[in-house]
Amino acid sequence: MNQLPALVRVFAYLSLLTVGGGMAAFPELKTLTVDVHHWLTFPQLIHLYSVGQMAPGPNMMMIVSIGEWVAGIAGAVVVLIAFFLPTALLAFVIGRLWVKLEKWPWRDAIQHGLAPVSIGLLLAGCFTIAKGALTSWIAVVITVVVFTILLRSRINPAFLILGGALIGLVAFGGN
Amino acid sequence: MSDTPTSSQNVTLGEIFRAFLLIGATSFGGGVVAYLRSSLVSKHAWVDDKQFVELLSISQTLPGLNATNMAVLVGDRLRGGLGAIAAIIGICLPGALLMFVVGVVYSQHGDRPAVTAMLHGVAAAAIGLILATTVQLSQKSLSHLYDLVFVVLTVIGVNLLHQSVPRVLFGVGILAVLWYRPRTGRKEPRR
Repeated sequence: MNQLPALVRVFAYLSLLTVGGGMAAFPELKTLTVDVHHWLTFPQLIHLYSVGQMAPGPNMMMIVSIGEWVAGIAGAVVVLIAFFLPTALLAFVIGRLWVKLEKWPWRDAIQHGLAPVSIGLLLAGCFTIAKGALTSWIAVVITVVVFTILLRSRINPAFLILGGALIGLVAFGGN
Repeated sequence: MSDTPTSSQNVTLGEIFRAFLLIGATSFGGGVVAYLRSSLVSKHAWVDDKQFVELLSISQTLPGLNATNMAVLVGDRLRGGLGAIAAIIGICLPGALLMFVVGVVYSQHGDRPAVTAMLHGVAAAAIGLILATTVQLSQKSLSHLYDLVFVVLTVIGVNLLHQSVPRVLFGVGILAVLWYRPRTGRKEPRR
């Protein structure tokens, strides 16, 4: 079955929800890719998403992996375009307009009003992924330790995520 | 800032592409904004600090990832539409190729116990990272106590009431924008 139109619809829609960051779209990403289209399971989504946090560049590149799973190279390319073209066009048009709107009194109201909503959406995304990923107390400890270290030092987070992988291997590897 | 997005500097499309490709290839571990700043402000001096902060606040208000929105905005200011295209392709290409390979490898080996165990740890660490990023962002962008009300309302809407993200975004978003509406002088017409 040709899944490309569904990929375009889902990822173009998701891209418009990424206000403040990719995490804002995570609850809908989970609903659409896992519950509605069954492209992957929730644990698989969590795995790809977390590995994607280590990748350089924009931190939502794990969508490429989903596209590749669903429809090969064509799927990967289609997902990339569907996810980045709408918001790129929006940034292009609004970016030019925004500068001209400097005197428009509602400009600051929009900027100020959307700031807490975007933070709320990022947190909501965190809670959604945490519900699926923090299934043991060791995992909770890893999260808290990484969180604390990052707020107190300037270490590259990639090292901490690699550390998480090692601890995970030791703690959950079992045999 | 002038209202024409052209720049007096003669930056070529190739230079734009290479600069953003380098950011896209080296910004491991998230925090791409810091890499953008050190490249665009410190190394190339294509935008100054004030412009950078201004463009970043536009990036954060608009849908889209900060990294790609910044690429579009800066690329446009340097060389118009083509500059924006060169910048966004540059910053996306390395990560996209990498995650393509990761997807292929994961689909073949993802269900091995050792891999699952490691990814369990990776996911926990990644959540710590995302939470820390969110807290740091909120320290910069939230200023009023009321802001916290809108943060909490948004979280409740998505996580407890299980409303869809766009519904919460529009609902709480409109509420918050009206709360911070322009108050000096006459009310502006709403649109």
